Amino acid sequence: MKGRAILTGEHFMHGDHACTEGAIAAGCRFFAGYPITPSTEIAERMAQRLPEVGGVFIQMEDEIASILAIIGASAAGTRAMSATSGPGFSLMMENIGLAVMMEIPIVIVDVQRGSPSTGLPTLPGQADVMQARWGSHGDYAIAAYAPWSPQEMFDLTVLAFNVADRFRIPVMVMSDEVVGHMVERVVIPPEEQIPRWERKRPTVPPENGFRPFLAEDDDLVPPLAHAGEGYRVHFTGLTHDERGYPDMSAETHHRLVTRLVEKVRRNADAMIRYEGYGLEDAKIVVISYGCTARSARRAIGQARAAGIPAGLLRLISLWPFPEKPLRELARQAEAFIVAEMNLGQMICEVERYVAQPVIGVNHAGGAMIPPAPILEAIEEVATRGARIGRRKASAG
Amino acid sequence: MRREIRIAGFGGQGVVLAGYILGKAFALYEGMEAVMTQSYGPEARGGASSSNVVISDEPIDYPFVLEPDVLIALSQEAYTRFRPTARPDALLIIEEDLVTPLESDRALRVPATRLAEELGRRIVANIVTLGYFTAATGWLRRESVEKAIENTLPARIVPLNLNAFARGYEYALAGERVL
Repeated sequence: MKGRAILTGEHFMHGDHACTEGAIAAGCRFFAGYPITPSTEIAERMAQRLPEVGGVFIQMEDEIASILAIIGASAAGTRAMSATSGPGFSLMMENIGLAVMMEIPIVIVDVQRGSPSTGLPTLPGQADVMQARWGSHGDYAIAAYAPWSPQEMFDLTVLAFNVADRFRIPVMVMSDEVVGHMVERVVIPPEEQIPRWERKRPTVPPENGFRPFLAEDDDLVPPLAHAGEGYRVHFTGLTHDERGYPDMSAETHHRLVTRLVEKVRRNADAMIRYEGYGLEDAKIVVISYGCTARSARRAIGQARAAGIPAGLLRLISLWPFPEKPLRELARQAEAFIVAEMNLGQMICEVERYVAQPVIGVNHAGGAMIPPAPILEAIEEVATRGARIGRRKASAG
Repeated sequence: MRREIRIAGFGGQGVVLAGYILGKAFALYEGMEAVMTQSYGPEARGGASSSNVVISDEPIDYPFVLEPDVLIALSQEAYTRFRPTARPDALLIIEEDLVTPLESDRALRVPATRLAEELGRRIVANIVTLGYFTAATGWLRRESVEKAIENTLPARIVPLNLNAFARGYEYALAGERVL
């Protein structure tokens, strides 16, 4: 039966379902995954929705097979996605590197739960954010987004596909159990208002010696020939030359890996997203993301009501990290507070860019950090100054 | 103004569906902000389960119910477990035949299961209760919940559920309106 691909209109929608609808609205027609709490509802809805729109859903034997299946589907020209949580995300790590090396666009959703290991299957965490950046071996770069609402589960999944396709990289949607399992208003726009960034495609015919890894443009992105179109294309995880053939020389290796990393650096402005609340005159800047940013927004509202000049920089893209707004805020702020549901991960990134004291409000996960400990940190900085060092993780 | 509503009962009474329909009515047809959350995990099966709706005229930051302004209890276990979480002066709506409230509590009583059985299906007791809530609080228009029912449930069971909603609504109107 044919169903509508884009459910234009206002919905009261579950976060995981909004992610699924974002993917389908973005044109995703292939999902391979191994259902795992709290991302299961994404797979479940994909299994129902993809056949309605002419797509394919496959439940794989594990997450290693899942990521390889979506890499294959994407190489054949289809927008493809998988969704998982911590344990499955760990299993995908090796082949994130494969997608990076072969420059195959894929989208992976990680609905984070309490970790490490099997941890807290039904409860939230935000402790996979460094893994998203560095979990596979070697030097590489990717993009990752942290939605704070079901609406952003939709919007950022669309963006993830666009960034993946435009720059030929894996893109992660780093959600969390709170946002994944929350039901809230989601507005799905009409088809013509859903942005679509296309893959760069070959402009020469197959017989004219197409070199699939030759990046001639300033953006360092080579055009992508899909399997079955007549181009002779060799994909490998081995270091390869511009023809795609293995080349075990240090020179080729350095050139390739440098381009893969530089490709993301050079195009970072197109990928970076953030949002500010009350930053204009902020002396105390809270930095947060995902569900924790909801509490942080409440806390800065309460602080402002009490006359404390606090503001919130909400990271929407975790990777590439929004360093420019942070550097600008470093000119006016007296202290930074990083609130995150882990024992201190993105705080390391913040500390790289600012000279001011950086104070962490941390919790190992299992329950969303409420506004109170963030407000307390703001008040402490406001009354006693910022020299209190990193706060110890407190059981909330 | 932020308000918190907790709907609790035992598994199978449809408290999650009731919370979803209520949240949808506020979010899509009343121009309010609304968030629904529910408990996940082994404790949600059997025993007391709950769905939670936060409504506000401003964006809702913290999405969870902390101290409900309204507790709707459809089972004794749910009442016993969740009564202490609610404000001392919370509005309490109880399933009259299934819950005996504390003597100190002044609760609104609705025989939701019995009213549902009169309509032929006890499974709609949750929607009867929504009708009662809607009339008793006056927090949202009857039409908003009716629209949410129509746009959530499969067409073949919409008439039954609209009847159930009307039955609870009218039961409340015939009795004491407290807010």
